[in-house]
Amino acid sequence: MPIHVSRRAIVLPGELLAEGKYEAGANTYKEDDKIFSAVIGLAEIRNKVVSVIALKGCYVPRVGDVVIGVITDYSPTSWQVDINSPYIATLQVVDALPKPIDPAKENIRKYFDVGDVIVGEVMIFDRTRNPMLTTKGKGYGKLSGGRLIEISPTKIPRLIGRKGSMINMIKKELECQVIVGQNGRIWISASRPEYEDIAVRAIKKIEAEAHFPGLTERVRKMIEEEKNKLK
Amino acid sequence: MSEEIVLIDERGLRVDGRKPDELRNVKIEVGVLANADGSAYIVQGKTKLLAAVYGPRELHPRHLALPDKALLRCRYHMAPFSVEERKSPAPSRREIELSKVIREALEPALLLHKFPRTAIDVFIEVLEADGGTRCAGVTAASVALADAGIPMKDLVAACAVGKVAGKLVVDLCDLEDKYGEVDMPVAYMPSKKCITLLQLDGKLTREEFEKALKMAIEACEKIYELQKNALRKKFETLSSEER
Repeated sequence: MPIHVSRRAIVLPGELLAEGKYEAGANTYKEDDKIFSAVIGLAEIRNKVVSVIALKGCYVPRVGDVVIGVITDYSPTSWQVDINSPYIATLQVVDALPKPIDPAKENIRKYFDVGDVIVGEVMIFDRTRNPMLTTKGKGYGKLSGGRLIEISPTKIPRLIGRKGSMINMIKKELECQVIVGQNGRIWISASRPEYEDIAVRAIKKIEAEAHFPGLTERVRKMIEEEKNKLK
Repeated sequence: MSEEIVLIDERGLRVDGRKPDELRNVKIEVGVLANADGSAYIVQGKTKLLAAVYGPRELHPRHLALPDKALLRCRYHMAPFSVEERKSPAPSRREIELSKVIREALEPALLLHKFPRTAIDVFIEVLEADGGTRCAGVTAASVALADAGIPMKDLVAACAVGKVAGKLVVDLCDLEDKYGEVDMPVAYMPSKKCITLLQLDGKLTREEFEKALKMAIEACEKIYELQKNALRKKFETLSSEER
């Protein structure tokens, strides 16, 4: 049963990827038993799943995703959160605070105000309503200090690397905390602000070169060079 | 005053020196607008236009949202300086119709069910009009949609075919459209072999129509190759920039 493209080949929408007993993965569609690409990207074939790593794409929430959001509005019992998606998320007070509060007595802005950056998890999302988040959980809540940057959500898997190899390397080399949101937002906090700068540059480099092999080594080298420049 | 415009001369060449089955010089550039999620600029002969795509994004008149798919909105507009006699910036009936026609030409190609309750906005701004603007608009918008990462079944390529001085010709320029007998714009998805736009202004016999459609599809296939090359070039530039 034929595969029509080589691994990591650049494919365009409408291009035939495979025919026969294959499963249609991300960014592809199936017609009869042929699988075509739906976007511009790199073809990926793993086991029997044919998918395309999109060059560009918006963030579509998935239940369980860790996301970094910005509070944009509030009501007596919930906040509206921008998660860099065509879908605006809601965070209800019951899902944010460990103890219930009385909305009549307290203004929820005390906890999260408009403009605050929070990290949470997508709790509910289906095709009929907007996503709902929760910040109950280890490591979730408001983020203060540090730097927030945004990259294309399609590059996040590459930023994390296989089993976290890439992101752990950055954390180790630059002695920093990094929280990666599946929605393309990344929060960095390092003891030295120069290291934060290097981290931002490293992440931008990964975004630009995500589809090239040997990236982890090149990024490690770049970080080393930048650190040496500081001395 | 009667001026003889020779649309096809003794050698069989058209007003701009082209052969009947020859396309104008087409150039497509991808990603020209930094603010848009996807964009393309097309020059086809003297016709020049920009296509910009925003989306999928939140729909603001909430009641317009479709529960099971994205809403595709399209605006075709001609800049006041795009034609010889200043065109008023207000949307004319023609622009409103072309906006609808272009949307209907692009919609079958897009996988709108992937983004329910959102909007995808396509803007086409004609900077210089010399015939074939709706076709160039579809071609550029399709490239802009791909640039924006919007999932689709295939790119849509479009070209008009017409009858001028009794002969069937491909890719009409403005003079040929005004003084010719027939204008037939066609939009086509070459990988799916599917027509998404077919309009006819004028009269054709059955045989003429079949030949004209065949010519149009061949022209669309040529334009499809140009669209793909423009998109591939963008990918490669992105890569080489960082090396």
